[in-house]
Amino acid sequence: MKKLWLVLVLLCLSFAPGPAFAVQPGEILSDPALEKRARELSVELRCLVCQNQSIDDSNAPLARDLRLVVRERLVAGDTNDEVMRYVVDRYGEFILLRPPLRLGTLLLWITPLVVLAAGLAWIMVAWRRRSRVTVEAKAAPLTDAERKALENLLEGR
Amino acid sequence: MIVETGHYALVLAFALCLVQMVVPLWGSLTGDRTLMAVAAPVSLMQFALVALSFAALTYAYLVSDFSVLNVIENSHSQKPLIYKISGVWGNHEGSMLLWVLTLSLFGALVALRAKRMPEDLAATALSIQSWVLGAFLLFILLTSNPFARVGAPPMEGRDLNPLLQDPGLAIHPPLLYLGYVGLSITFSFAAAALIHGRIDAQWARWVRPWTLIAWMFLTVGISMGSYWAYYTLGWGGFWFWDPVENASLMPWLAATALLHSALVMEKRDALKIWTILLAILAFSLSLLGAFLVRSGVLTSVHSFANDPQRGVFILAILVFFIGGSLSLFAFRVQSLKQGGIFAPISREGALVFNNLLLTTSCATVFVGTLYPLALEAVTGDKISVGPPFFNLTFAPLFVPLFLAIPIGQLLAWKRGDILGAVQRLAFAVGMAVVAGLILAFARGEPVLSVLFAGLAVYVIVGAFIETWGRMTAGGYSPALMWRRAIGLPLSQWGAAIAHAGAGVTLFGLAATGWGVERIVGMKPGDNVNLGPYTVTLEDVERRKGPNYVETAAHMTIREGGVVVGKLDPSRKFYAHRSMTTTEAGLRTIELGQVHIVIPEQNSDGSLDVRLYWKPYVTLIWIGSIFMFLGGGVSLADRRLRIGYARRPRQPKGQPAPAPAE
Repeated sequence: MKKLWLVLVLLCLSFAPGPAFAVQPGEILSDPALEKRARELSVELRCLVCQNQSIDDSNAPLARDLRLVVRERLVAGDTNDEVMRYVVDRYGEFILLRPPLRLGTLLLWITPLVVLAAGLAWIMVAWRRRSRVTVEAKAAPLTDAERKALENLLEGR
Repeated sequence: MIVETGHYALVLAFALCLVQMVVPLWGSLTGDRTLMAVAAPVSLMQFALVALSFAALTYAYLVSDFSVLNVIENSHSQKPLIYKISGVWGNHEGSMLLWVLTLSLFGALVALRAKRMPEDLAATALSIQSWVLGAFLLFILLTSNPFARVGAPPMEGRDLNPLLQDPGLAIHPPLLYLGYVGLSITFSFAAAALIHGRIDAQWARWVRPWTLIAWMFLTVGISMGSYWAYYTLGWGGFWFWDPVENASLMPWLAATALLHSALVMEKRDALKIWTILLAILAFSLSLLGAFLVRSGVLTSVHSFANDPQRGVFILAILVFFIGGSLSLFAFRVQSLKQGGIFAPISREGALVFNNLLLTTSCATVFVGTLYPLALEAVTGDKISVGPPFFNLTFAPLFVPLFLAIPIGQLLAWKRGDILGAVQRLAFAVGMAVVAGLILAFARGEPVLSVLFAGLAVYVIVGAFIETWGRMTAGGYSPALMWRRAIGLPLSQWGAAIAHAGAGVTLFGLAATGWGVERIVGMKPGDNVNLGPYTVTLEDVERRKGPNYVETAAHMTIREGGVVVGKLDPSRKFYAHRSMTTTEAGLRTIELGQVHIVIPEQNSDGSLDVRLYWKPYVTLIWIGSIFMFLGGGVSLADRRLRIGYARRPRQPKGQPAPAPAE
């Protein structure tokens, strides 16, 4: 595992002499509508040898190959979904930057909702409990130090 | 010798931490004032020693002392002065030293103000701060010694990673650390309050300025980092939802929530449990960020120290402090009494709503960042969670938040009138609609950009409705309005400016939808249309810099035949590291920018060129400056001024001046 990361890091360093250069002029499709779709799909696909870059951003040769694959499929007349399925069949779900909703990723997708709902529930409970206690909470008596500070303040006036 | 002095100073600082960890804490528990009095001077001494240590390392960099391993690995005698200095923290060991320097700085600042706080609270907080400082000093001394020498010094160093040879490195980490580490003080105060079981509005008043300072620096730190990535990473992006970016965003979201909940605690003595918990969480997320960045458990473009041993050490620090503070919290939570009562529709209610959404978004980032790691550990499945996920989950949380900002500002404490607030916002809504229509007409698609820009205008205008209302309450004569404006509490102006800043940033984000991108091969003499402009490649030049060779393209930007600017984007080749970086050509025109990168020179002499026209893009960062300024103005408010308990000095026999309100 550790080695794998090391290899990945080294791969990226060798491909990415610093920044990334993404789509090159030669790759662009002549049909602007298809090219637009190609770009939309590219930002959803991970460059597999890089650290958190989409193939749209990456200049790694593998990312370039994938961009070309996406464009090939589009030119061949695939729908966006078909292209994605084609890519996932070959590279696995790891390539999707937006993980699909399934059992394993359920928790990921519902987290915002769960946290929001739990927070709301907590607020409701706290508020109802509070409004039942109508008596004003008695302020804690002052400590000696506080009383002294208060006297000082009052003297100052 | 100087280098050894630095190392020794660090060891001494650690020894002082050991004293500080026990003596003032014991004093505060037993009520021994002599023991408590130790805290402030020891904190100042710690800062002096860590600063000395930092200065020693800086000196080693300045004179290019290649007998120090850290200098060999990250410096070069021919490097420009600014990068010799910023190179000090451009590596793992040095950045840890900056981290402890900031930790001790905040300790020292609190020590200077300690006289104005209850002495047991100050002593305990300084003691807790030393626990944190001590842990990180030990980490440096045991695993990441920046002062290690080598037996046979080389003639020349290996130079700093060229990506880091940028003014960004001089600015971004120090600002970010002031923010990250500034939250440690809030944490220390929270732990101290829990230890003494005295958690009240007064506590919030002492702690809020520190949170505000940390938040201000975190805001600009993140924003400057984003701008740095924008102009160096070469593809015009400014936020990548990278784990390291997320690691800085989480404490920011928590700190923003804390800032608002502490306000409720200060004014109304309510939300106490929650505020204390947030104070603990905010710094815990800072620690988590440090762990994520330095352990290398998550792959990121930023990670620079993938050493498992260090990772385990930081993990231990993380577990100790988060576990310890949360246990303390659990132990005390029963004894906490709830304070002020309020209706759901009230200023407090609005701030609770703010906290709910900010906390949810923070949890979303947290889960999104760590989920792949957890899933792989549990099921072995590898998934990616990238920008599409975060963009999709963030927008629904932030839209209601932005909608609520101006409303919340107009609600009264305890019981508010939402209908009245909405009515008072009619002008802001009107402005938003007008702006939306103008933009829809002038710029058109995408619809989302128009909507978000409209929302931004509503937030910006709405932010000032309250202050405007108060200014004009006595009529519209300019002199009177001016007098009333300066009479308003500064914290109110601060809030308005900061909220407007959030709107400004939102506008910049919305406008990215109107950007134009061109990717073309160009030869000298070629023209490209880029939105309203025409860009010409004049010629290509090779030049030699101090430690690099560069290929620069001279480009001219014209609008309707008139030259509006010249750019020379370049590629730099650093021989010492055999690395290439690209320097984007940036020209700010009004609030937008033309951004040109030359990724590649082809064999036939043509250049691959990426050109962007990004209207209003600078607003993204300008907004953060407004947020920073808003924080500063608020900090200057006399009621918030750190430790404002001091009696005002006044000549005898004269009546005290009336309070400003």
